[in-house]
Amino acid sequence: MKSKRTGWKLLTILVLSYAVIIAVSVALGWDKFIVLDPKGPVAEVQQKLIILTGLICMAVVIPVIVLMVYIVWKYRDTPDNDAPYQPEWNDSKLLETIWWGIPILIIIVLSIFTARDTYKLAKPPVTDSNPITIQVTSLDWKWLFQYPDQKIATVNYVQIPAGVPIRFQLTSDAPMNSFWIPQLGGQEYSMPGMAMQLWLQADKPGKYFGSGANFSGRDFAHMQFEVESKPQAEFNEWVKEVKASSPELTKEGYTQLAKPSTAKQEFFSSYPDELYTEIVDKNGGIYMKHSDGLNSGSYNGSTRP
Amino acid sequence: MWENIKEFASTFFVTGDPLIYGADVAIVLTSIAIVFVLTYFKKWTWLWREWITTVDHKKIGIMYLIASLLMLFRGGVDALLMRTQLALPNMKFLQADHYNAVFTTHGTIMILFMAMPLMFALFNLVVPLQLGARDVAYPFLNSLSFWLFLMGAMLFNLSFVIGGSPDAGWLSYPPLSELSHSPGVGQNFYIWGIQISGIGSLATGINFLVTILKMRAPGMKMMKMPLFSWSVLSSSIMIIFAFPILTVTLALLFLDRFLGAHFFTMDLGGNPMLYVNLIWMWGHPEVYIVVIPAFGIFSEVVATFSKKKIFGYKSMVFSMMLISIVSFFTWAHHFFTMGSSANVNVFFAISTMVIGIPTGVKVFNWLFTMFRGRITISQPMLWTLGFIPCFVVGGATGVMLAVAPADYQYHNSYFLIAHFHQVLIGGVVFGYLAGMYYWWPKVFGFKLDDRLGKWAFWMWNIGFYVCFMPQYALGFMGMTRRLYTYGSDTGWDLGWAPLNLVSTVGAFLMGIGFIFQVWQISYSIRKGERDLTGDPWGGRTLEWSIPSPAPMYNFAVEPHVTTDDAWWKVKEDRAKGIKPAPVKLEPIHMPKNSAIPFIMSVFWFIAGFGFVFDWMWMAIPGLVGVAGCMLARSFSYDTDYYIPVDEIERTEAALRGRTV
Ligand code: HEM
Ligand SMILES: [Cu+2]
Ligand SMILES: [Cu+2]
Repeated sequence: MKSKRTGWKLLTILVLSYAVIIAVSVALGWDKFIVLDPKGPVAEVQQKLIILTGLICMAVVIPVIVLMVYIVWKYRDTPDNDAPYQPEWNDSKLLETIWWGIPILIIIVLSIFTARDTYKLAKPPVTDSNPITIQVTSLDWKWLFQYPDQKIATVNYVQIPAGVPIRFQLTSDAPMNSFWIPQLGGQEYSMPGMAMQLWLQADKPGKYFGSGANFSGRDFAHMQFEVESKPQAEFNEWVKEVKASSPELTKEGYTQLAKPSTAKQEFFSSYPDELYTEIVDKNGGIYMKHSDGLNSGSYNGSTRP
Repeated sequence: MWENIKEFASTFFVTGDPLIYGADVAIVLTSIAIVFVLTYFKKWTWLWREWITTVDHKKIGIMYLIASLLMLFRGGVDALLMRTQLALPNMKFLQADHYNAVFTTHGTIMILFMAMPLMFALFNLVVPLQLGARDVAYPFLNSLSFWLFLMGAMLFNLSFVIGGSPDAGWLSYPPLSELSHSPGVGQNFYIWGIQISGIGSLATGINFLVTILKMRAPGMKMMKMPLFSWSVLSSSIMIIFAFPILTVTLALLFLDRFLGAHFFTMDLGGNPMLYVNLIWMWGHPEVYIVVIPAFGIFSEVVATFSKKKIFGYKSMVFSMMLISIVSFFTWAHHFFTMGSSANVNVFFAISTMVIGIPTGVKVFNWLFTMFRGRITISQPMLWTLGFIPCFVVGGATGVMLAVAPADYQYHNSYFLIAHFHQVLIGGVVFGYLAGMYYWWPKVFGFKLDDRLGKWAFWMWNIGFYVCFMPQYALGFMGMTRRLYTYGSDTGWDLGWAPLNLVSTVGAFLMGIGFIFQVWQISYSIRKGERDLTGDPWGGRTLEWSIPSPAPMYNFAVEPHVTTDDAWWKVKEDRAKGIKPAPVKLEPIHMPKNSAIPFIMSVFWFIAGFGFVFDWMWMAIPGLVGVAGCMLARSFSYDTDYYIPVDEIERTEAALRGRTV
């Protein structure tokens, strides 16, 4: 019965190697887990929820695996095994009730947390300071940011004031993409002809990684951008500086920009009025029932104020 | 003239990449070799009579098996190409376009041309035998399903060397997949490859639904049916409801591309979100379509190798049926972040988690089948024991993904990639491989070598964790899926490099596992332990009551069933000295072979190829041929025959003489 022995040994190896691999992954990456290192209220809610639900799941998974290993070992088919053998025993109301019951309870708990945070995140993060709006357009293969209040525009770089809720309006003048700044909060799709809304906020000054998350064609991998959060005063300074020192974004300039290519960071002191609305409309926004709602809200209930 | 031909050839054939020239050469050489071998050994008629025109479910099953293992190879090579490109930052192994094509074909092939046919292989090889039936309900249709699948798969694979591969992802979201952004023929190959094989899949679903409802041996009530057959029933029902959605969705996408319609563009009132909803209304059930039969396999394997009845049979049945219903109400969890309202997200989050309940119950039932049993760790059991922890973790990360607000952070990241590979490899692939090892002796009459099998298993299993556990971590590090490169080339270094390297090592370990399996199969064909009993594992269900391989009519006499685990009961009775009642042989009614399924599928291929290139001179004759085949079939009356009693006697004597 040697082969059964080895089977059992190999099983131990499995569990051990499993633990080692997870440990190595965590060790190699720990300080780089930006998703778990939130810098704003939205990401913070999400991080807490991730950890909470992760722990609940682990609390189920580990006992089940341990139980499996125990059972396989205890009831292995060796001649000297004197554990009970009941080949006909196949039914137990009590046991079945327990293991229908446990998952149901867990799911109820998880559902409550899920619902709580879904509704929580449907509102803007903080309400005591005035939000600013930034209009985001995903292009082939770059990001355009327009500041309707400041009337400046940037490419692959977005600066935001710290401690202020930002209302990102997302659209696309290219295939769909998804706008993601892990340390500030989860992503949202940007779609042609639609204006989506995503509320994010950075609590403190800092530099954050942002990227496109939904595949949009050849150079999708280069759609990464920099997010910089600065104290309000410095932000205002920066706006002034961009206005003073950068070129304008003209209609032709935009047409050039929208052509398929990658791009570095760029800054514009102004852009054509209504450019954002035009982008939405020309991609079919005029056919959307709520296209008049561009300024008042969006189709995106889950992140609507 | 010459210039024209040259220009045509340079767009028709994919050019410019040494990998592809290599593939061209390989394809030509392999084809020549096949033709040569068949001619040299005078095997053409054998091929035609025994395989191409066969309507025998066992042979169709074998053909599915071969095709799906080849597709596993192709999909696996794709995977290794990608992992090589991602092994180091700023790697220059694959160009962006090429990488995008490779993940698209990898995903499509793995799900539609590997998992589905491997599943159909097991349906065909096992279900009629398990039910005590002589064939499936519609043998002719069964053959048609296979050939449609194969022609669809060939059409899809052809895009690699002709015309160019699709590169808009395995679900081809518009507008990326529309003519505006994917002007090449790759998307057409995608649409037509899937459409043609999809018709076959739908037909298979119907076929097995009817087989299970109508062809069970006398006395086998539904609640006495083996759990694998139950799982096939559940899967078939889902196929019947889900595949028409896929067909319609892709047909609309085709109309967009072909006629300039606007179903999925925002212009003129269409909407790409409609496509996303539709494709996932098929796509989510699809993942359950492929995983439920794996659950069925595990149920059979666990009971057999614990020498014990399956625990909680009724709840196993109930949970599978429940899953097949609920899985139609979870599709929106694939796009929580597409702007649905909070209420919608909460609904789909909860419905998704609800699926976790019956799934969890199944795991406990398997564990308690082993509890107080006597467990032998044979190869099928090894894969089952590898499956349980893997699937439990994969299921748990699935529940984590279902937590909608958290999914805003996991969506489209490597966390997701790790999750779905964990359930697809740990659940579906491990499951089907367990099934393959389990029923292999029944199908081919010999066991697969144990030692090589163990190597294969450990390479796969350890390789799996090495490959995919780091990807969960990469997800937390902000790495999104479908990136062909990362690192300083993109201007950002977020420390993704070490874990990517680890992950690539794991992928190659799995590749080595596959090589061990190829070795194992070719070794066992020559040296494998022959199965002379028909019941090598101490099985419990009817397929083990007949010789291996089964004779063409399966059962000389229809078995009469009185309990579940019907064959186990017979063995118990025999041990007690109870003799079965003497039986009288009767002539057996059998379907005749037919060339129509093959020919019709070839016409579909021609039509599909024509549509891909927008060549109506080719598409229309193709469709006419399809219609002609249908007419020919409806006017053919000579479709069946009887095997006379003396021939059955001779066959049985030969088989049993050897077996008893
Ligand atoms: C043999 C081991 C496998 C490895 C190493 C592997 C690796 C990969 C990689 C590297 C990607 C692309 C990730 C990206 O760039 O976004 C991918 C995507 C995918 N894989 Fe696998 N894979 C394996 C097996 C499978 C199996 C067995 C299935 C299905 C049954 C599968 C289904 C998919 C799907 C659906 C995608 C998504 C394709 C897309 O993004 O359009 N894979 N896999
Ligand atoms: Cu939309
Ligand atoms: Cu799903």
